[in-house]
Amino acid sequence: MDPVDGNAIGGLLIDVFGTEMTAATSACASCGDSRPVAELVVYQQAPGTVVRCRACGSILMVLIRHKDAIGVDVSGLASLSRLGSA
Amino acid sequence: MAGTALRGGLTWQTATVTAITRETGSVVTIALDPPDWPGHRAGQHLDVRLTDEDGYTAEREYSIASAPGEPPAITVERLEDGEVSPYLSGELRAGDELELRGPVGGYFVWEPADGGPLLLLAGGSGIVPLRSILRYRQQAGSDVPARLLYSARTWDDVIYRDELAGYHDGIEVSYTLTRAQPPGWAGHTGRIDQALLAGVAWPAAAGALAYICGPTSFVETAAAALVSLGYPAARVKTERFGGTGGH
Repeated sequence: MDPVDGNAIGGLLIDVFGTEMTAATSACASCGDSRPVAELVVYQQAPGTVVRCRACGSILMVLIRHKDAIGVDVSGLASLSRLGSA
Repeated sequence: MAGTALRGGLTWQTATVTAITRETGSVVTIALDPPDWPGHRAGQHLDVRLTDEDGYTAEREYSIASAPGEPPAITVERLEDGEVSPYLSGELRAGDELELRGPVGGYFVWEPADGGPLLLLAGGSGIVPLRSILRYRQQAGSDVPARLLYSARTWDDVIYRDELAGYHDGIEVSYTLTRAQPPGWAGHTGRIDQALLAGVAWPAAAGALAYICGPTSFVETAAAALVSLGYPAARVKTERFGGTGGH
């Protein structure tokens, strides 16, 4: 299955972070590559979503939804910053 | 908890389908009337949720096809092995209800203040958010010059054909047909590549703002070609919807 990109998980990220995150800037903990979440590589295969770095392929985030709960592993991210957040 | 949302989050609501328009043999546009719609930006999505009798749910994100200020509408291409699109494109009728939430997304969006010139590259149903941008440009009275290159398999697969044919002032629309061309076809042929973009895209010195939407392979090829032609990566916004959908 071809990957999509971070635009496709805008709703899921709102469920996790409570706000729009596709325009937020991510930094990869492995290679330091910095780019908008919308530009990250996203694999959507039930029940989980895997987000990888576009530069080095490292796993940045894993999000798993089960009923009304979402498990989130963001250990591959060095940072995730959203400018102008309220 | 059903019917609730996290603080600042999105709430599911039940919209009424107000109209269904057939665009091509496999594509429909679904006009929606949600009870509480905060308005959307050009290029944003909404989430659709279908629930069967057993409580099994399937969610999909669809680009919003209408312009800001218009009621939300989505354009859906039927995928033969899909869980959601065959229902939306084949069984749903005007007057039916559809569960949705939105709008979603803050990256692949355009506002008149973002300026241009605009370069819009569509692969297959990747035209949908770009149509929202073009409609908004018209309705907002923007004079930002825009070029759209739309890649489709055949002329019959072109979505919004009549609407796109009606754009003139400041908007140039061109097509490439990748699988078959009608007799006398004067447009482009074959898949998008750097040679095609070198002829169609604004020169890098124009400082254009590019939006590319389509299947992943289409977007990767087009984005890499624009960067090779001198576009700064930060001026090339991309949205990939995977391996499905012809272009």
